[in-house]
Amino acid sequence: MKILGNFISEIPTQTEYLQIGFSPSSIPLKQRWQTNGLSADFISEYLDVFFVGQQVVQGEKFTISSEINDAVKYVANELLENAMKFSAPDSEIPTRISFFLLDQQVIFHVVNAVTLDSADNLEVLIHAVLDSDPHELYLAKMEANAEESNGHSGLGFLSMICDYSARLGWKFESPPDSPFIIVTTMVCLDIT
Amino acid sequence: MTTDTMEVKSKEYSITYQPTAAIVTCKGSLSLNGTLEYEPMLNLLLQAADQQMQQLTLDLRELTFLNSSGINTFTKFVIQVRKRQNLQLSILGYEEISWQVKLLRNLQRLMPTLEIRMVAQTG
Repeated sequence: MKILGNFISEIPTQTEYLQIGFSPSSIPLKQRWQTNGLSADFISEYLDVFFVGQQVVQGEKFTISSEINDAVKYVANELLENAMKFSAPDSEIPTRISFFLLDQQVIFHVVNAVTLDSADNLEVLIHAVLDSDPHELYLAKMEANAEESNGHSGLGFLSMICDYSARLGWKFESPPDSPFIIVTTMVCLDIT
Repeated sequence: MTTDTMEVKSKEYSITYQPTAAIVTCKGSLSLNGTLEYEPMLNLLLQAADQQMQQLTLDLRELTFLNSSGINTFTKFVIQVRKRQNLQLSILGYEEISWQVKLLRNLQRLMPTLEIRMVAQTG
């Protein structure tokens, strides 16, 4: 097992949460892709309803700013896209995305199975993000991508950190007798 | 130069180039999958920049969502336009929409001569 970045192993159990699960191979990617926006909207709406409910219960004045809503929707969509792009299609392990609501922050938690190659590529990207100034790397990636015509932009995690002050962490596990690596991606956002 | 309006659109979004007004208007939600799916939009933007020698406006006010591949498409476009020293690019966004503010500021970091125009959504 390997842990990188800001990873919280124990999420408080007394929390509200939503979980979306799917099998990577059940329907074609192009079809499933269309559900990303719906799921991201749903998560963002859920956050709104939950905090309005809290406000009524506790008699507190607290509303979710549009910036937090934008951040939640953006992060949810990016994580769903990544899970769909990189989950090993041959794996029978379902991809699970959970969204936890805590007092002062929200936590996204994605578990999916990836191939060894994908895990290696992800680890290189993570080390690049963790070992550099993310703002400098963000602009450097934009410049580098302008010279290339294909491939993945590699901007998703960096935009979460630079544009939304998100804290990211990862866990890599190698289950016995499995050709796949189980990756857990965690993204924390402050909501106050 | 053609004066016909050019458009790339789907159920979720539309990118419209009006040559006579020198404006490209983006509306809706852009969450396409990677560079390949964004190619028609990037080509339309580059075609607009090719045709307009002095000034081009990109209106993003009615764009409701943009994923990271979409951010990548706009940064590619701005970096391409940066090479054309005579073309003044302006981008229009709403000051109340935080992701538009962030995007435009990032684009201006890549292209300091970019004119960003944040306008009020209401009033």
